Amino acid sequence: MENLAQYGDWAYLIGAVLFILTLRGLSSPTSAVMGNRYGMAGMTLAVITTFFVASSPNVALIISAMLIGAGIGIYRARTVPMTQMPETVALMHSLVGLAAVLIAVAAVLHADADAFYKAMHGNTLSRFELFVGCFVGAITFTASVIAWGKLSAKLAAKPLKGAWVKPVQATLFLAMLGFGAHYFVTDSLSSFFVMTAIALVFGYFWIAPIGGGDMPVVVSLLNSLSGWAAAGIGFTLGNSMLIIAGSLVGSSGAILSYIMCKAMNRSLLNVLFGGFGADAGAGADAGDGKEKNYKAGSPDDAAFLMTNADSVVIVPGYGLAQARAQNAVKELANALKEKGVTVRYAIHPVAGRMPGHMNVLLAEADVPYEDVKEMDEINSDFPSTDVVLVIGANDVVNPAAKDNPSSPIYGMPILEAHRARTVMVIKRSMATGYAGLDNDLFYLDKTMMVFGDAKKVLEDMVKAVTGGGH
Amino acid sequence: MNEIIAQAGAQVAEVATHASAVPFVSVFTVFVLAIFVGYYVVWSVTPALHTPLMAVTNALSGIIIVGAMLQVVPVGGQEITATSILGAVAVLLASINIFGGFAVTERMLDMFKGKKKKQ
Repeated sequence: MENLAQYGDWAYLIGAVLFILTLRGLSSPTSAVMGNRYGMAGMTLAVITTFFVASSPNVALIISAMLIGAGIGIYRARTVPMTQMPETVALMHSLVGLAAVLIAVAAVLHADADAFYKAMHGNTLSRFELFVGCFVGAITFTASVIAWGKLSAKLAAKPLKGAWVKPVQATLFLAMLGFGAHYFVTDSLSSFFVMTAIALVFGYFWIAPIGGGDMPVVVSLLNSLSGWAAAGIGFTLGNSMLIIAGSLVGSSGAILSYIMCKAMNRSLLNVLFGGFGADAGAGADAGDGKEKNYKAGSPDDAAFLMTNADSVVIVPGYGLAQARAQNAVKELANALKEKGVTVRYAIHPVAGRMPGHMNVLLAEADVPYEDVKEMDEINSDFPSTDVVLVIGANDVVNPAAKDNPSSPIYGMPILEAHRARTVMVIKRSMATGYAGLDNDLFYLDKTMMVFGDAKKVLEDMVKAVTGGGH
Repeated sequence: MNEIIAQAGAQVAEVATHASAVPFVSVFTVFVLAIFVGYYVVWSVTPALHTPLMAVTNALSGIIIVGAMLQVVPVGGQEITATSILGAVAVLLASINIFGGFAVTERMLDMFKGKKKKQ
């Protein structure tokens, strides 16, 4: 055992390289499958190595815990519908956070009961690392649970509001640091536990004020935090595998948060601490004054226009996921293709509730990968597009972002649907989008609104296209 | 308290030879370099695969299981302690992430791959 333990760091190094290859694989869908296998191999290697590195671990206890976890995890992975991926991912972040807290508490108790362990891991530096790993983990845990609640509609998506929110956040944060510092200086166990408890409460007050539409940023950020929590625990235990894997995940989440923020033309601080939408939006609308007219049409009218078009671009949004209409939209695309229409999809980076949400939904419905275009690829094609079909998207196609400097979303990159020859919008009603803004796109002469449940409307369109025989 | 420190001091020599007692700066070097590697590798990920990226990084952060396993050890000669139980629960949670994360990534990637063949 002792001899094998010497090789532990070598095995961890191989594991870390495999993890890097895992992320590298995701540069294309074909190499990604192999990448995922590398990840599994790296993880297996790390776990087996740890059995040898740990000093007489309780193998039976560890294996039974693993088997239970494996059962739950695999069951959930097999059964979860793709529309529920955002909340599933949030829930998984919370598990990492909770695990980090439990490990930190276990390590603190361990050091308290075992002088040798304390000598190895209980110095001031380790206390600092424990304190960081634990509070990052605790915040990740409650914050992710709240995000999960909002994404799965178990909690109201409406943000917690009020003048008292920011002072409460600040007080909790400072109190957390204070108790952490006290633990750091005095090694007081009770300070450590108070700090952990405050961090848990802070996680709630941190995410509760953030609205549903900002969830792509929040989910990415929590992804990042869960990685830093793992890295923090790695520092405490002096384990390079944990540090490397944690940093990879941490920087991955940070980059995703950055991409999401950029796609909304907002800074991270603005998403996290700035209230958005309601006030500014209401003001802009009230100032407009005049009654605006829009044209409504039936699915049959829309189907007729699309059948006679040369090119159709479909812009899906969160409404598509809500209505679980991804298969219906593929049916429509196939029906149109049979009539010789070119059909493509345009994806805004923040469409849906997490990065890449729409891509996965369309992939689930067997939409060809090459038909799905990113914003930068397709924006220049809109002027030559006959029909744009917007499904349950709003702010990402709002032309105010381009030409109204007083709009709160001015400067946000959008899909330029308004430049197409005809625009069709499937929506439940004329209600405003997440940002609380009216959308001028809906009132253009070339725009036709089709009201109703996205799935139902799309199915009616398919019938009209296939039965119409134009 | 002083006794404990003295006791601990006597064991320092032994500790120093142990693999995990490496200087902070070398651990920190690994940390900083790993962030750079992560930065460049993740920028190369295609936006269409951002959801699988999040799922697989969830699985990777399950590596925290290593930290959990290191706590499921006898403490002060006792097999079952608060430490080992907390460690075992953390092993369970991390396993959900590992198995769930890799399995759901595999499932999603199959959906993307399916299209490639039909092309």
